[in-house]
Amino acid sequence: MDQKIASFEVKKGLAQMLKGGVIMDVVNAEHAKIAEEAGACAVMALERVPADIRADGGVARMSDPDMIQKIMDAVTIPVMAKCRIGHFVEAQILESIGVDYIDESEVLTPADEANHINKHNFKVPFVCGCRNLGEALRRLGEGAAMIRTKGEAGTGDVVEAVRHARTVLGEIRKLQNLPEEEVMAFAKEIGAPYELVLETRKLGRLPVVNFAAGGIATPADAALMMQLGVDGVFVGSGIFKSGDPAKRAAAIVKATTHYQDASILAQVSRGLGEAMVGRSISTMPQEEKIATRGW
Amino acid sequence: MKIGVLALQGDFAEHQVMLEKLGSEVVQVRLPSHLQGLNGLIIPGGESTTIGKLATEFGLIEPLRQFGLEHAIWGTCAGAIFLSKDARRNQPLLRLMDIVVERNAFGRQVDSFEVSLNVPALAKEGTNAPYHAVFIRAPLIESVGKGVEVLASLEDGRIVAAQQGRLLATSFHPELTDDDRFHRYFMELSR
Repeated sequence: MDQKIASFEVKKGLAQMLKGGVIMDVVNAEHAKIAEEAGACAVMALERVPADIRADGGVARMSDPDMIQKIMDAVTIPVMAKCRIGHFVEAQILESIGVDYIDESEVLTPADEANHINKHNFKVPFVCGCRNLGEALRRLGEGAAMIRTKGEAGTGDVVEAVRHARTVLGEIRKLQNLPEEEVMAFAKEIGAPYELVLETRKLGRLPVVNFAAGGIATPADAALMMQLGVDGVFVGSGIFKSGDPAKRAAAIVKATTHYQDASILAQVSRGLGEAMVGRSISTMPQEEKIATRGW
Repeated sequence: MKIGVLALQGDFAEHQVMLEKLGSEVVQVRLPSHLQGLNGLIIPGGESTTIGKLATEFGLIEPLRQFGLEHAIWGTCAGAIFLSKDARRNQPLLRLMDIVVERNAFGRQVDSFEVSLNVPALAKEGTNAPYHAVFIRAPLIESVGKGVEVLASLEDGRIVAAQQGRLLATSFHPELTDDDRFHRYFMELSR
């Protein structure tokens, strides 16, 4: 029997198993268990949720492997962890611990201001953020096996998540309507590999799973992103910065499944307690936005 | 022919595409009422803890069990776990199939793999050419009870596909390939 490991099929395949689900940021084993119990389809292990990274300032790096290991030991669902953009040694370390997915993330302080990691070199799959189709396809060109729209992490304001999802999905719709002879110019304009542009045009969607992230704080936010057409959601600060994390987490999971059923959405939105305080993006200085990191 | 795909979480859309290509009408099942009028049901890959939790919350466990006593159900990966009588962990299960499964039996994601399998039962779908199977954080069928037929094993003998009457369990994901033989096999079981 001819066995193949770490093929692009199995990398992309794990993301397909996460579809319709919620991936939750957790900072310790106790949070991870709350997330699993609430029905998370995976957890993202990190030392500080984005809202705290924002508040604390300074350089944000890969988490302590010891803390990630404790989370891996605490739950049976997949565990993801973040490395800095371009920091391939952090990625090597995460791969050697055995995390199931690496997020090369703008939430951490970038280590390279020109290049992302060559993700083809790894057995472990990567998820990367994007704000538009060109950025998504550049990441796929580098070997990412899953995409998430960036939103603006740590704000609890869903407006950027909506903007980025609408941009990516809108550009795909536009691409599908172009005559074939205009596709090369389109690829040049968005700075994306031509072959991947062609594939996206043929499929009418990104060639990999696409989740929404950055600012999702309520069940209604999650259902909004699902109705816009993403495959699932990441929730970072929105859960463990709220008044009743276990209840809110379970409600967001249910809302992501029943995203088209307003009566269930109403029911799960009741009595959740305080949502995270949040920060409005329209009043945020440009230099504080982290979605602009990534090239 | 009308087949349901359990659409609580996981890669149900991939199953739907395969079934529709084969001419079946497909219904996404999220609530007990969605089971009405179906000839069969597929429980997709995903996270079995998430699927089990949502099935419990929305009152699906007993209706799914009843459905499985009279109809065909096929579980892929997480779905196979959900169909089993024992997954060696405390999580909601349908306990319809007399199989014991071990979750994440091959390790973590970096150990996920593809391999060709010999599946004699597929011969009636036109060819018994090797079946290319994709295993993702896959469970293993540790043991099967009487009345359960083993459909496929790895080279070392470990079981990865089994059938009990009209119930089917696979550790791997036919919905991630272009080979539709398992889907056609299941549609036959649903008739």
